[in-house]
Amino acid sequence: MTLSLSAAGLTKVYDGRAVVDGLDFAFQRGKVHAVIGPNGSGKSTLLRLLSLLDPPTRGTVLLHDGEDPVEANTSVRRRMAFVFQRPSLFNTTVLKNVETGLAIRGCPKRERSDLARAALRQVEMEKLGERNGRTLSGGESQRVALARALVVEPEILFLDEPTANLDPHSVRIIGKAIEKLRDGGRTTILLVTHNMFLAQRLADRVVFLFDGRIAEEGEASAVIERPQDERTFRFLTGELAG
Amino acid sequence: MQEMTSSLVRAFELLISLDPVLYGIIFLSLQVSGLAVIAAAALGVPAGAGLALVRFPGREAVVSLLNTFMGLPPVVVGLVVYLILSRSGPMGFLGFLYSPTAMIAAQTVLAFPIVAALTHAGIASVDPIVKDAIRSLGATTSQAARLIVSEARYAILAAVIAGYGRAAAEVGAVLMVGGNVEGYTRVMTTAIALETSRGDFELALALGIVLLFLSLVVNLALRAVQKRGALLR
Repeated sequence: MTLSLSAAGLTKVYDGRAVVDGLDFAFQRGKVHAVIGPNGSGKSTLLRLLSLLDPPTRGTVLLHDGEDPVEANTSVRRRMAFVFQRPSLFNTTVLKNVETGLAIRGCPKRERSDLARAALRQVEMEKLGERNGRTLSGGESQRVALARALVVEPEILFLDEPTANLDPHSVRIIGKAIEKLRDGGRTTILLVTHNMFLAQRLADRVVFLFDGRIAEEGEASAVIERPQDERTFRFLTGELAG
Repeated sequence: MQEMTSSLVRAFELLISLDPVLYGIIFLSLQVSGLAVIAAAALGVPAGAGLALVRFPGREAVVSLLNTFMGLPPVVVGLVVYLILSRSGPMGFLGFLYSPTAMIAAQTVLAFPIVAALTHAGIASVDPIVKDAIRSLGATTSQAARLIVSEARYAILAAVIAGYGRAAAEVGAVLMVGGNVEGYTRVMTTAIALETSRGDFELALALGIVLLFLSLVVNLALRAVQKRGALLR
C-alpha cells in the first residue's frame, strides 16, 4: 500500500513561536501539491516535519490510512525523498551521489550504476557523472540532487524551493522531470516554491500557508487565478508582507 | 662562520655518501614516528569520530580536555610515560623503558590528542544540510555515521599528518624514555641535541637538513590535502 500523507494537529514551536500551528490536512495521494506562502510562513518547517527530519512539538504525521502514527524510522523514510533548497551534494562524484540512496537500500553495485545513470539522464546530467558534486554550478547541483531523490522511486517526494536562484535552463529541466513524475501518478509530491508559473504548471493542488496555518487550499488553477482568501490574493499580487 | 660553512659541507658529504650512522638514525626516526602515528590514528580517529557523532553527557568537557592536550608539554609526557614504564611503575614488568617501544608510546601520547581533536573538528564541521540529505535518504545510524566520516575524510587525513608532524619533531619526551642509546634509540631530534652539545655540528646539521626536508614534505602534503578538501567544500 502506497504511503498516504496527512498531518494531525501538527505543531512546531521555535523560541516560543508556533512556526507550524496545529495543522490538520490530508495530502492527496499521487498528486502534486504546491505549498506557497510568504517567507516565514512555515513552509520549510512543515516539509521537515512531514518528511520526519524533525520531530513535531505536538501533533503527528500520519502515513498509513486509518492507522496509528508511525515512528520516524528508517524503513518509512526510505519510501520518501527530499530535495533541499541549498546544495546538499556529497563530496564525491556525481554518479556516487546518485548511487548513495540505492547503496543505503542494499541495491547491488551493477544495478546501482545503471539506475543512477538513467536518473542522471532524466535531468540531463549524464555527461558529468565522473565530476565531483561540489564542483558543479547551482543549477547542475540541484539537478543531481533531484536525480538522487528520483532514483530511489519515492512514494512521497519533498521539494523545498528546488528551483530558487537557478538559471532558466535548469528550471526547465527540473520542471520537466517533476512533470514526468506527476504524469506517472504514483508519487505524492510537495513542492514549496515562490515561482507561481511553476506552481501553476506542475501542481494539481495549491496550499497557501500563512503564519503556520493553511489559509486556503484547492485546485491549483482556482487558487492561483481566483483566490478566495484575501491574504492569498494579496500574496499573489505582491502586497502581502511576510 | 667558517666553521659553520665547513660543517655544512661535511653534512652534505655525509648525506651524499650514504653514511650508515646517519641513515641508521633517519631510518629509526621514520620507524618510530611512523608507528606512533599509526597507533595515534588507530586510536584518535575513532575517538574523534565518536566524539563528533555520539551525544553523551560530558561530551563538551571531553572536547575541551582534548583541545587542551593538543598543547601537552612533551617533557610532562616523557615524565609520565617514564613513571609508567620504569621498573617500579605499573607497566615496568614489560621492560620497555629505554627502548624504541617506549619512544613510540610517548609519541603516540603526544600525537593522539591532535589526531582526535582535529578529527572531531573535521567531522563536526560537515554541513548540516549534508547530514540532513543523508538522513533523508533513509540511512541507518551506522550508515549515516560512515557517510558523515567519509565526508570529512580530507580533514581526517590532515589530522593524521598534523599528528605525524608533532611526533616527528618531538625531542624531550623521547630523550627521557628512550635514553638516546646509539644505534638503538637515537633518533634525529635526540641525535641533533646530543651532537650539538658535543660541539660536533656535522652530523647535527646533516640531520637538521633531513628533518627540515621531512617537515617540508609533511607541510606540503598537509597543504595539498587541505586545498583539495577546501575545493570540494
